[in-house]
Amino acid sequence: MELQIYIFWVLAGLTGLCAIATVVTQNSVRSATWLLFTLAGTSAIFFLLGADLVGAIQLLVYVGGTMVLVVFGVMLTAQGPFINMKTSGAEWAISMFAGIALFSVLCFGTLAYNEAKPKAVDVAGGVAASVAAEAKLQPQNPSDSHNSVTIGQALMGSGLGPMHQRAGQVTATHYLLPFEIVSVHLLVVLIGAAYLARAKKRKGVAA
Amino acid sequence: MNPLYGFLVLGALLFTCGVVCMATKRNAIGVLIGVELVLNGANINFVAFSRYQPGFELEGMIFALFVIVMAAGEAAVALAIVLNFYNNHATVDVDSAEELKG
Repeated sequence: MELQIYIFWVLAGLTGLCAIATVVTQNSVRSATWLLFTLAGTSAIFFLLGADLVGAIQLLVYVGGTMVLVVFGVMLTAQGPFINMKTSGAEWAISMFAGIALFSVLCFGTLAYNEAKPKAVDVAGGVAASVAAEAKLQPQNPSDSHNSVTIGQALMGSGLGPMHQRAGQVTATHYLLPFEIVSVHLLVVLIGAAYLARAKKRKGVAA
Repeated sequence: MNPLYGFLVLGALLFTCGVVCMATKRNAIGVLIGVELVLNGANINFVAFSRYQPGFELEGMIFALFVIVMAAGEAAVALAIVLNFYNNHATVDVDSAEELKG
């Protein structure tokens, strides 16, 4: 358990530093490279959380696919080998202030929830409920985390996925409809992107 | 402290970096990179809750998968729009995209 926490802090520090470097650097190519490391760090965090399938798909789709798209976008729209679109100092100051404020609000909300929750339960239902609420937030055993077979069965609605006791009868959770919507969405995106990015003849250029 | 909150803070950091990136970059590709950072922050939260919150084990992972797929589609369409804009205006500076009004 201790080792897991150390690994988490190392990975989180690296990922956070890469994310900050993505924002701070003024060069598009370097920004895309830092984003690549951030995405890889995120997938390592997923592996640490026991989500093997999500981590692998993050590596395949994000690091392998989306990053290639972004890098191609940077290369195709490059006016020179190194593009510099400087942001003025005042804009930086305002953005940094807003960013630090947003981060403090988010962290404060998260940690305040952490401290306030047992007290609220104390008022409502006594110490036993508080202990139960604390126990609910304990990590589960990684060995009964869901593997790719369970996720695939839940997506296909084959009835072999995790069972839920609901209204007296046991039903299987499945996500067949969202899965179909996502696949049609991807087809629409494919056609739309090809339509938008197709090579057009410029006006005034002889055919 | 519960280890869940470390993951939540990391997600918040990525989210904030993405928002600041969207606000400061003048390159359209930079704005797209900011969107990717925001989606990754949300994904970290989803997977962390799927690990630490009973009853959310499967849902968190499936939402994360859907977010990844949506992000891939969004990146493809956004890049197509950016390339189209670059073909017409020979720049990717978002400040010069004033005519793209709704």
